[in-house]
Amino acid sequence: METVKALPLTKSRRASLSAWQRFLKDRWAVAALLFLAVLAVVLVVGPAVAPHDPLKTNLGMRLKPPGTPGYLLGTDELGRDVLSRLLYGARPSIGVGFAAVGVAMLVGVPIGLLAGYFGGLLDTVVSRIVDVLLAFPYVLLAIAIVAALGPGLFNAMLAVGIAGVPYYVRIVRASALALRDQEFIQASRALGAGHGRILFRHVLPNALSPLIVAATLDVGWMITAAAGLSFLGLGAQPPQPEWGVMLSDGRQYVGVAPHLALLPGFAIFSVVLALNLVGDGLRDALDPRLRGVTAQE
Amino acid sequence: MVAFLIRRILGLVLVWLGVTILVFSIMHLAPGDPAMIILGPKATAESLARLRHELGLDRPLPVQYLRWLGNVLQGDFGRSLQLKRDVSELLWTRFRATALLATAATVIAVAIGLTAGVVSATRQYSVWDRAAMLLALLGFCLPVFWLGLILQIGLAYRLPVFPVSGMNAPGQSGFLDTLHHLVLPAVTLGIGPAAVIARMTRSSVLEVIRQDFVRTARAKGLAERVVILRHVLRNALIPVLTIVGLQVGYLFGGAVLVEMVFSWPGLGLLMVNGILARDFPVVQGAVLIVATTYVLVNLLVDVLYTLVDPRVRT
Repeated sequence: METVKALPLTKSRRASLSAWQRFLKDRWAVAALLFLAVLAVVLVVGPAVAPHDPLKTNLGMRLKPPGTPGYLLGTDELGRDVLSRLLYGARPSIGVGFAAVGVAMLVGVPIGLLAGYFGGLLDTVVSRIVDVLLAFPYVLLAIAIVAALGPGLFNAMLAVGIAGVPYYVRIVRASALALRDQEFIQASRALGAGHGRILFRHVLPNALSPLIVAATLDVGWMITAAAGLSFLGLGAQPPQPEWGVMLSDGRQYVGVAPHLALLPGFAIFSVVLALNLVGDGLRDALDPRLRGVTAQE
Repeated sequence: MVAFLIRRILGLVLVWLGVTILVFSIMHLAPGDPAMIILGPKATAESLARLRHELGLDRPLPVQYLRWLGNVLQGDFGRSLQLKRDVSELLWTRFRATALLATAATVIAVAIGLTAGVVSATRQYSVWDRAAMLLALLGFCLPVFWLGLILQIGLAYRLPVFPVSGMNAPGQSGFLDTLHHLVLPAVTLGIGPAAVIARMTRSSVLEVIRQDFVRTARAKGLAERVVILRHVLRNALIPVLTIVGLQVGYLFGGAVLVEMVFSWPGLGLLMVNGILARDFPVVQGAVLIVATTYVLVNLLVDVLYTLVDPRVRT
């Protein structure tokens, strides 16, 4: 009797532990996670430790290279401190990616769940709309939406998030479709559970793994896309310290002060690389097929 | 095969109609009155009303949509509010520039991606494999606009091997001059897709290389080069083809950013300037052309896919 009780618990603990252990074995993913942890600290304390006001201009100190006394990473075309602007710019530049993924999930997950679970006409209509949205290249759709909403960081975040909705609908719909006829769902239905309970207590938790992986990888893409919109003049607007805006401003001076374009670009690249490494690590750790193999061992 | 094609084309027409509805709706949701943009802020209410009537803007939206769609189907995209020229004429010139850039980038992406992927897979866990996959990861994560600026700084400003920007030097229009201008934008745009193709090719080749028919080919005494080229690659390329098709979407999206960096006179640059100037007919036309191209390329990939792999037809 004791063995029967202990078995599922031990198995599930083993499965969850082994997922975490598998993640820890990926050195690159762990290093990237540590980098992101440090970055989280920068996001919190960055503005407090910034040596200068990011908006304060000093025309006497224009286009100074990195290493100039008092200006570790140099100054921009208006004499503003690049390090301070990077530190202040981290919050909007990175936050926009997380917020956009939040928007995409908030809209995409419920629609995908309902379409996959109920099927029928609802699923047909949702799938056709998704087909139409996927007929646009991602960046183009974001540009088209921002064209309608008007330029600005908030609108860029919305545009990038909305452009991501069809991908989340597809992921969750596929999971819901695969799960809805499984025995544990039927058992739950037979016990009298309502659709809401089945969807949110049974279907959604079982569809989480691919969602978590997609979201981790998408934060990076959405940070890049939002920075791209700012670079085009359609996202954050000058003089706001945002990495895409800084890159766009620095573009005019690449011949004389390349650090203005290189540094914010490197900041975006590092964050995206770290998020990708963590996403890859998570995917390998959470892969249900791999987990199945471990559980059987 | 014919039935498959007809089914696919019918599906495509429906999707395309959906695309036109979306493009039309998005532009009509946009703030700003086209009549006001044309006449300027000093226009009287009377002249605004007259122009709105002339442009058909006072009609119900479905009527406006059908009229617009009818015109689009005849190749008439309206008139640019800012440039005062036929949009279709502008689109055609700009489309050629973007298509040239995207095609060159595709060639670069496929050449680098396939080579790196095959080398990686055939020398699994070697230094080559690790180096190629590390580069693929970096290429995958590089923001395209930043990569463009790095190449511009390195190979146009510091080492003036290539021109900084534009499609032609002033007063020149020869093919070689265009080619010279094309190198940096095309490499910039091609690196991201090359990384994706390299990763896909590697995993696809690794999957095929372990199959029995490859062992048989080797057992027959075929040279390794023949085994890889004739047996492995032919089968491994099928999933790679899909990825190449999907990357075309990325190429057209990324082209907007690359065109901005290199002032390449393509559709993307036209579109962004159109958005900033609230030139809706131009934006509408450019978005529709890019989306249509993407849909058509994906159809082409589907057709190629069925030619290469007959199992898909059923």
